[in-house]
Amino acid sequence: MGEKLLMKGNEALAEAAIRAGCKLFFGYPITPQTELAEYMAKQLPKRDGLCLQAESEVSAINMIYGAAASGARCITSTSSPGVSLMSEGISYIIGSDLPCVLVNVQRGGPGLGGIQPAQSDYNQAVRGLGHGDQHVIVLAPASVQEMASLTGEAFDLADLYRMPCMILADGALGQMMEPVDFEARTPRQLPPKDWATNGHRGARRHTVVNSLYIEPEVLERTVVDRFARYAQIEENEVQYEQFLTEDADVVVVSYGITARIAKTAVRMAREKGMKVGLFRPITLWPFPNKELKELARTAKAFLSVEMNMGQMLGDVKLAIDCARPVTHYGRTGGMIPTPEEILAQIEHISMEGKGE
Amino acid sequence: MIVFEKPHALADVPFHYCPGCTHGIVHRLVAEVIDELGVEGTTVGVAPVGCAVFAYNYFNCDMIEAAHGRAPAVATGVKRANPDLTVFTYQGDGDLAAIGTAETVHVGARGENITIIFINNAIYGMTGGQMAPTTLLGQVTTTSPYGRDKNLQGNPIRVCEMMATLDGTAYAERVAVDCVKNVNNAKKAIRKAFQMQQERRGLSIVEVLSSCPTNWGLSPEKALEWLRANMMEHYPLGVYKDITKEGTN
Repeated sequence: MGEKLLMKGNEALAEAAIRAGCKLFFGYPITPQTELAEYMAKQLPKRDGLCLQAESEVSAINMIYGAAASGARCITSTSSPGVSLMSEGISYIIGSDLPCVLVNVQRGGPGLGGIQPAQSDYNQAVRGLGHGDQHVIVLAPASVQEMASLTGEAFDLADLYRMPCMILADGALGQMMEPVDFEARTPRQLPPKDWATNGHRGARRHTVVNSLYIEPEVLERTVVDRFARYAQIEENEVQYEQFLTEDADVVVVSYGITARIAKTAVRMAREKGMKVGLFRPITLWPFPNKELKELARTAKAFLSVEMNMGQMLGDVKLAIDCARPVTHYGRTGGMIPTPEEILAQIEHISMEGKGE
Repeated sequence: MIVFEKPHALADVPFHYCPGCTHGIVHRLVAEVIDELGVEGTTVGVAPVGCAVFAYNYFNCDMIEAAHGRAPAVATGVKRANPDLTVFTYQGDGDLAAIGTAETVHVGARGENITIIFINNAIYGMTGGQMAPTTLLGQVTTTSPYGRDKNLQGNPIRVCEMMATLDGTAYAERVAVDCVKNVNNAKKAIRKAFQMQQERRGLSIVEVLSSCPTNWGLSPEKALEWLRANMMEHYPLGVYKDITKEGTN
């Protein structure tokens, strides 16, 4: 264990990226992720790196495409409307099998929406970050510590599987301060980047980074191969936390900052004698399907809690094959649910269960 | 004695370009310059979306295929990650002056040490002859079937003149490849642009007036005549900026 520092989530994420060997940041200012870019602008020049403010999110993601193509660890961060602008570039990065880390410090939407915390980009992150058949690894931190440790993990996962990895945070995690230990994680063994376009120097055949395949047979093969890699990720890289789920009749499923609030609600319910637990997906893609399905053998009902109108809800239902009732509780538009609100939902579900 | 051979930096594969298209000439000039400067092993090229989309198949240096208009941003990422590389983009008029205008202007403003090879043929070739940002007033295309009307479709953009206004642009020259003299001059310009990059002077851009016989509906020979008679008037050849020389811009 290293020393603990008190930091904002956005800054802890930035510091973790630098400590993971990331020397390049490209981005465009947007609330509520700006501290991340500002930290990079201050730190990177002093630490053998470079922070460049692009003219738009469209350009920023394409700078990431270029830097990633040439073999460098690089990161960009934005908030919800910015992700929509980056979506074209993200698809090209996926189609070219390039590793990079993307950060979405979510705010309320749609449109310009608001600047308060939200989780309403869940579907965009796990289903539609770009056009075409694709996935991105999506990690959902629930503390400032995880903002840091999942960032190191994100770079390793991206390099290991040659694909983007997104940290799906929110305005609350970005802004809040907590102690963080940057040495809490061991880096993984990674393959060499022999595909990079960084000058062949007469020592190898020239490399091409490309997502265009005019022959449909060839394009199909590259997509199928990529999905074989996705299957490995689904098999090997699922992360989650379980809290008091072993004997739980009601399982609250929640991620990110909302899972912290849900945990308080679960404790309150336990004090009232209700058998309630919390299941927290840390990887939103790959989603912990097997583990939730296992829980459906013992739990009687599931409550999905998010700061949106019910986006993960569908994934929970799919994971358990609708074997148990799944309800959604959420606030949206930048509103944060209170433990009492969640407790009321738990009580309601418990009562219904008894009435059966 | 060998008097003529393919440049090493040019891949030994047939081009897909239409008969009479000038892309092939410009590809060769770029490859000759890469050979002469001895930088094939330290060069990364960025291909556009448009007729030159397959440019990554035609060069023996490392190549990246960018999204439509984004090549200058991609090149920025490569160059900032690897400042010792020589990085060039190869872009058409729609790619550079329509969908990628912001990316183009800002590499000029930042003075990125990259080289842009800009092919201006006043039409969208790959999609089959639509209006380009550089289509001349009155010019008929499939999306300006009654001729480009400035009140409806706006005015053609003079890219070199625009880029010359930016403080980070070190070198901007417009050339043509319609005759031997101009081809030789185009090569000199491309060589100078690459050298400016090596000297870290800022952005260098070479605009090449090119012909599109297929979509202009002209024979290769007539197309070059049309280029001389019409394009050169609106887009005069010459050096628009050279920070190593006084008296330009």
